[in-house]
Amino acid sequence: MANVTLRNVRKTYPGGFEAIKGVNVDVGDGQFCVLVGPSGCGKSTLLRMVAGLETVTGGEIDIGGKVVNQVEPADRDIAMVFQNYALYPHMSVFNNMAYGLRNRGMKEAEIKSRVDEAARVLELTPMLERKPRQLSGGQRQRVAMGRAIVRQPKVFLFDEPLSNLDAKLRIAMRVEIRKLQRRLNTTSIYVTHDQLEAMTLADILVVMNGGQVEQVGNPLAIYEKPATTFVASFIGAPPMNLMATRPEEIRSQLAGSSAADAGILGIRPEDFVITDQTPDGGVALPLTVEAIERVGAETFVYGSRDQEQQRVAATPGELPPGEIIVRIPGTEAPAIGAKIRVAAVRSKLHLFSADGRTRLEA
Amino acid sequence: MQKQAIFQSKLLPYVLVAPQLAIVLIFFYWPALQAVIQSFLLQDAFGLSTTFVWFDNYIELFKDPAYFESVVRTFFFSFAIAVLSLSFALLLAVMADKPLRGSMLYRTLLIWPYAVAPPVVGVLWIFMLHPSLGVLARYLRALGIDWNPLLDGDQAATLIILAAAWKQISYNFLFFLAGLQAIPKSVLEAAAIDGARPMRRFWTVTFPLLSPTIFFLLVVNIVYAFFDTFGIIDTMTRGGPGTSTVTLVYKVYSDGLLGGNLGSSAAQSVILMIMVIVLTGIQFRFVERKVTY
Repeated sequence: MANVTLRNVRKTYPGGFEAIKGVNVDVGDGQFCVLVGPSGCGKSTLLRMVAGLETVTGGEIDIGGKVVNQVEPADRDIAMVFQNYALYPHMSVFNNMAYGLRNRGMKEAEIKSRVDEAARVLELTPMLERKPRQLSGGQRQRVAMGRAIVRQPKVFLFDEPLSNLDAKLRIAMRVEIRKLQRRLNTTSIYVTHDQLEAMTLADILVVMNGGQVEQVGNPLAIYEKPATTFVASFIGAPPMNLMATRPEEIRSQLAGSSAADAGILGIRPEDFVITDQTPDGGVALPLTVEAIERVGAETFVYGSRDQEQQRVAATPGELPPGEIIVRIPGTEAPAIGAKIRVAAVRSKLHLFSADGRTRLEA
Repeated sequence: MQKQAIFQSKLLPYVLVAPQLAIVLIFFYWPALQAVIQSFLLQDAFGLSTTFVWFDNYIELFKDPAYFESVVRTFFFSFAIAVLSLSFALLLAVMADKPLRGSMLYRTLLIWPYAVAPPVVGVLWIFMLHPSLGVLARYLRALGIDWNPLLDGDQAATLIILAAAWKQISYNFLFFLAGLQAIPKSVLEAAAIDGARPMRRFWTVTFPLLSPTIFFLLVVNIVYAFFDTFGIIDTMTRGGPGTSTVTLVYKVYSDGLLGGNLGSSAAQSVILMIMVIVLTGIQFRFVERKVTY
């Protein structure tokens, strides 16, 4: 049981590369914190710093009220689940789980009861004598989990633990991890690049980019009020539509509000409705339908805006400029090439400063 | 799926493998066969007459206490050389595996001695430890050690073992380093988080994961110590003093070429040949199939 607090944590590699540029995060006791961001954003480095596998260049890492910057990984009372599971290939499943307990000089009887209990919870009991190579990916994953929970540590650290599993298993394990964490009520920090995993698992979501924290908070709060255009486009799939408010068309519709001088307008695909009306204070856009994706319960309409307008891409290479995604329920969709008009109400508009770094409240 | 080349002519495949077969037959099977035949023959001192003596050469050999001494000595040498060079190489490899500045340079330097030919190794060690020429021998004597491998058989044996082990360290180092680098870093990190201190981590994780490499190198080193130490022995001690550094291979040479006892020498060769076959068998059976941990 412990809080984890990061105070202005920094990491600079010997070559001068600044991987973490001052991160402040406070994870309460028993909370599930997810670090999410694109690859190279420093989220794994940050987790490894909490684990003690990377040195801390600046700031403080505090676990359970104790600054652990100089404490060995073994003495931090943490357990970590690695992306490749990092099971000991020469040890049986039982010994994999017992290893950490033996290193701490626990009695064999106690070790056996703890491992058996963990194996029961994770449905590994019939496999205790097997070697890791005789297990499937999902089973290995569970052994890695088991190795973490038998230790009953203060903090669980997860480094993209599900990324090597197939899609179906990933969802099942995601739910398992959440249930397990709730039951054990152990403070957890979880790293992922998958925003869906992040949204579903987190009590506190930390969105990172370029070694910095973009936003910290409740996942739904972040979804509803992204603080920057980066967060807006990273959280949510398909990403939020972002466009410059320079075009007179939109600006005129927004006139009269403080948002008139906003630089970037964001609208989530699901907040659009196909309609000829323009909602009061909202925006409407004429589109030409270019592509349709039907996924069953919903349909994505890809349209281009009639005028040549630049879409502001928060992360490069996502959508061609000027493209708008509209999400509509069901399978009814306009034909390709059709001219449609989509609109969003005032309350669903997200406004950002021109550099995308600040959210403007309308 | 069957992998089979289709030839138009029935003869062509045989023509294509003929050069390889010729080399193997002329340079390997023919001499081997000669040795087997020779081992059943007895020549008189002048080489004028040859008698077929069945297994007399072998019986003589097994009755000869000098041969058994040589067998025991060879096994002892092999064991000592293997243990010494493997442990030093492992120590060096573990050190070199750490991400330190200039690691490429010292890794390269550690591999170099492998390029030195065995007789040259012998000469190098003689320059260091020859009782009258040796640089180190002077200091040994200054320390009050009566160092004279030319007279003291145990010292001569020590010298051979040191030189032979030294030469093999580079080879072992290379394999150990590769083996260490093949161990996923995250496994060692997991062990660190699991509360294992560096020494315990080494013995409970690194060492077991290196066991296939260790076993492979053990076989290679024994084969090396058996057969490839000839050059070192010949340049350093010529089997002396007395017969205190005569190994099985050196005995084949000294009995046959120096002693002129071709029949006995051939019989010894055949026995060595059988040993090689057994060692190779072990290697194929366990190493090629990969030792699983």
